[in-house]
Amino acid sequence: MGLSLTASNISKSYNGKVVLTDCSYSFNTSGIYILMGPNGSGKSTFLRICALLEEPDCGEVKFFSETTQSLTRGGGLKKDISLKRRITLLLPKIGIFNTNVFNNVAYGLKIRGMRSIEVEDKIHKALELVGLTDKKNQNALSLSSGETQRLGIARALVIEPDVLFLDEPTASLDPRSTTIIEETILNIKKDNRLTIIMVTHNIFQAKRLADRVLFMYDGRIVDHGLNKDFFEKPKDERAYRFITGQMVY
Amino acid sequence: MESIIEGFRRAFLLIFNLDAELLGIIFLSLKVSGLALIIATVIGLLVGAHMSFRQFPLKGMIISIMNTFMGLPPVVVGLFLYLILSRSGPLGFMSLLYTPSAMVTAQSILAFPIVVSLCHSAILSVDPIIKQSSRTLGATPFQVTTTIMKEARYGIMSGVIAAFGRVMAEVGAILIVGGNIAGYTRVMTTTIALETDKGNFELALALGIILLTISLVINLGLHLVQRKGTVRR
Repeated sequence: MGLSLTASNISKSYNGKVVLTDCSYSFNTSGIYILMGPNGSGKSTFLRICALLEEPDCGEVKFFSETTQSLTRGGGLKKDISLKRRITLLLPKIGIFNTNVFNNVAYGLKIRGMRSIEVEDKIHKALELVGLTDKKNQNALSLSSGETQRLGIARALVIEPDVLFLDEPTASLDPRSTTIIEETILNIKKDNRLTIIMVTHNIFQAKRLADRVLFMYDGRIVDHGLNKDFFEKPKDERAYRFITGQMVY
Repeated sequence: MESIIEGFRRAFLLIFNLDAELLGIIFLSLKVSGLALIIATVIGLLVGAHMSFRQFPLKGMIISIMNTFMGLPPVVVGLFLYLILSRSGPLGFMSLLYTPSAMVTAQSILAFPIVVSLCHSAILSVDPIIKQSSRTLGATPFQVTTTIMKEARYGIMSGVIAAFGRVMAEVGAILIVGGNIAGYTRVMTTTIALETDKGNFELALALGIILLTISLVINLGLHLVQRKGTVRR
């Protein structure tokens, strides 16, 4: 295992509206964690805070390496670049750079000081994994939505993160593209080194992918457990109503 | 009509014979405008980027001033610069009036707000998601800034090309501060004005044709840059 993380007592408000209240969870083992819950339950905000893209109002996110050495951030978001370079977040809308597919994937490696000649192998492997090898010279802005999402995954994977955060990676995709993305996620899980933390409100997708599920409701983590336990015997009434399709939100 | 046709004939002869006076004027024009553009671009890019990435007091007012100054009347710039550089002016001791340096300064002042405003607009038009994406991939704040600048490159290039077009065609400011001295500060636009006054149309027409050609090349360049910046799915 590369990196684990613990979020402790995370709270967050926007303009007085409480979005997260006292959320705590330890992502201790590698595998796929699914954050699930109705719209507005705080899943994406919790994910962005865990991914160090946003600061919580209170609480903290601690990362631990394999030697259990604490890699807690010190001094705000700007100062922890070495830690931030061990994790990455794939946003629901991928920010594509106006250049070809190859250069888009190379971005994360180049900002780490690697030269084009050093990165070529890694990029080819990443493109092969997501099935975009034949599009490497095409301008990335001309890709379809599904291909763009796959490019986002390749761009995230090529930097070999210890933790990969995914925020609704299949939200706007057709079933075929969704299947390709899910297969890619399951493929990278085989690596067994990577911790994947993913937000989705697609129950069937969560069932297919999750090792563990966290259910959020109204800014709190109200239920969590292993895939089978959670879906067969949810401990929380709201989680039960959500997964049985009885929750109106 | 015959005199116009004759004028064009002689003008083309001057161009095809690579007349020394003509070449000298073209070279000086390109040198003055080129230098002015480099100065305006270097300072304008820094100011435009600063205005886009930082918050500071009176920012909105400065942006409005820059937008207004994009249409600065060249004769007014020439007049103010003349007053500053003339012997009795605050910078009179530098003896810059009626020199190519004064002309470069005047054209830099004219190009500067164009570069700043268009650079600022180009940076603002970059999708905010680019900033977040580069951060999630591990970019430092400086790398995020350079990434956004790179994404805005086509807009910035459009601004620089537009500024070059403006200074190449300008006549009022350089006529006032340059003095139109033959072989020293005489450029294409000031020569056209002078030779037309004198009724010597062949040189004026020859320079007019070249100026139009340069203008066409600039606009073609602008079109190509804008087309390259637009990728369709």
